Amino acid sequence: MFRFIVRRLLQLIPTLFGLSLLLFIWLRRLPGGPETAILGERGTPEMRAAIRRNMGLDEPILVQYARFVRRLIRLDLGTSTATKRPVVTEFLERFPGTVELTVMALVLAIGVGIPLGYLAARRRGRLLDHLSVGGSLIGICIPVFFLAYVFKAIFSENLGWFPSSGRQDPTIDATRITNFFVFDGLLTREWDAAADALWHLVLPGLTLASIPLAIIVRITRASVLEVLNEDFVRTAEAKGLTESTVRRRHVLRNAMLPVVTSIGLLTGGLLSGAVLTETVFGFTGIGAFVADAISQRDYPVLMGFILIIAVVYVLVNLLVDLSYSLIDPRVRVR
Amino acid sequence: MALLEVDDLSVTFTRRGQRPVRAVDGVSFSVDAGEVVGLVGESGCGKSVTSLAIMGLLPRQPGLRIGGKAVFDGTDLLQLDDRSRRDIRGRDVAMVFQDPLSSLNPVIPIGLQVTEVLTRHRGMKGAEAGREAARLLDRVGIPDPKRRLKEYPHQLSGGMRQRALIAMAVACKPRLLIADEPTTALDVTIQAQILELLKELVRDSGTALVMITHDLGVVAGLCDTINVLYAGRVVETARRRPLFRQPRHPYTVGLLGSVPRLDAGRGERLNPIPGSVRDVLPWPDGCAFAPRCSRRVDECVGEPPEMVLTHDGRGYRCVNPAPLPGVTPAADVRATAPTAAEPGPVPAQAVPDDPPPAPGLGPAPHEEEQP
Repeated sequence: MFRFIVRRLLQLIPTLFGLSLLLFIWLRRLPGGPETAILGERGTPEMRAAIRRNMGLDEPILVQYARFVRRLIRLDLGTSTATKRPVVTEFLERFPGTVELTVMALVLAIGVGIPLGYLAARRRGRLLDHLSVGGSLIGICIPVFFLAYVFKAIFSENLGWFPSSGRQDPTIDATRITNFFVFDGLLTREWDAAADALWHLVLPGLTLASIPLAIIVRITRASVLEVLNEDFVRTAEAKGLTESTVRRRHVLRNAMLPVVTSIGLLTGGLLSGAVLTETVFGFTGIGAFVADAISQRDYPVLMGFILIIAVVYVLVNLLVDLSYSLIDPRVRVR
Repeated sequence: MALLEVDDLSVTFTRRGQRPVRAVDGVSFSVDAGEVVGLVGESGCGKSVTSLAIMGLLPRQPGLRIGGKAVFDGTDLLQLDDRSRRDIRGRDVAMVFQDPLSSLNPVIPIGLQVTEVLTRHRGMKGAEAGREAARLLDRVGIPDPKRRLKEYPHQLSGGMRQRALIAMAVACKPRLLIADEPTTALDVTIQAQILELLKELVRDSGTALVMITHDLGVVAGLCDTINVLYAGRVVETARRRPLFRQPRHPYTVGLLGSVPRLDAGRGERLNPIPGSVRDVLPWPDGCAFAPRCSRRVDECVGEPPEMVLTHDGRGYRCVNPAPLPGVTPAADVRATAPTAAEPGPVPAQAVPDDPPPAPGLGPAPHEEEQP
């Protein structure tokens, strides 16, 4: 198991190397070159040449690439052209918010999706089944920003149960350590700060969870229906085991395999796709920042974002493979 | 009184917009304590559905109707509520299935799959259950049982998996064991070992065994009493020896005739029963086997044949049974069989153009062609 993890982490190196090559080529191939990205369409030829010299763009391509890789290794992602601050600093401030939001959405999607999908399968053709299948269709179809406004209108403005925006009540003077607000609150034993941050996560978390929840319900339902027809479930029934044993040990465990795979795929999508949710809820995460970077051609930020998402994808896939091997001995890793 | 008394069992599947299908249509048979009873027939004749209905294992679905009785030790299994049925299953009545790989849970170790029965019915836990499980695996002939308990189904060979399934089935010393084609998925040498094991377990423990199979060889070596099923009904029931010596129902005759024989001469052909199980006449309209039967007479069609019980305790559902040697000249019977030119009310396409002659009673299949 340990060796497997190490091997998979080592596999990160060629992945990142390939990615750096792609990014490098992408940067050189920008419309008008990097200098246009910085100057916009207006710069004079002299200004362009100066920038090219400053950035070392007049040197041989291999030298440029070597320098690029060396900076990446030192985790120097450059300076945001929009905010003039180091990209790494910006990310350390904003990425934790997105991670918290993603985790919240995943917890909701998994915690509700798997039981609901299971129940729908067991009550196939009955009301609950129709409701969850129909509901999940709506969940997939409904635009996220629309759902966000509906949630805000109902739970925040009308009922006043949850705050409508932000990550934490600004009147709370919380200590910042990791910028994971909930985690910081727990770490410093500022319980009300942690609770407040958690409270702020509920509505955006629900919004972001809508699509993965719908997908998990459907996959769980289909998977359980398939497993219920398996011979080994019949064997378990023939042994006279109680319904709950058959359910937990024989049906659910086998039905989880495709669900785990889909959760892995969904996680990456959530991290990079939280833009709309963050924008509507005024949530200072990476999503809104990157959206701005796209419109402002803030290439260092975009590059850093792509790298981070790539690393996260690889790590999440590693987690998926590990949990897979915990569930299914046939793919157990050595 | 018999241990299991199945009386007029019928199973009907109804799908919306489709004709109801009677998979099992008035099956009756009984099993005495310690007896080995065979249910024999081609695929689709209702053998498995019969056993699943008795066990209460047919998937619950709208449109499933089960009728009749299956009285086990004084209780009708078909009338039990879910909880009492679960109490009996695995403890008093156990079952072994056809495909050992798909019948075992792939993601939990063999050990847990054995001990969960012990925990459920015998209240054993932890180390005690583990020891008993190892003893059971040893009993069914799995070498190195302690190690095997920790392994998963995919790490075992086919024969070993079937042994493990048998160990789970006999874990609580059931009084009745139902084996549904337990050797079909195994290769021949392993088949023999598994049959030997079943025979041994039955002999040692006094467990009654219902053996469901399409393989007459299995029946011949194991069963005391044999019920031949066709299209959801028992068409012949007899003790083993008389059945093999003097089959009365033409379907049984055909089954026996289609078994390849080592002592047959060179170039002799097998005698398959013409047509397939799909060419059935619905029972209410006559004998379901009539479209494929070489001994068909006019009386076969119109109303279903009754079960004829003879003085020696046999029974057959046929109006024109194969004669006992020296009783009826075969030629007489053949004369009444309709020819291909006048197929009668049976749909023409269901009647083979040239029904091969009955295999008769000789030990070797009928010779059709000179080498």
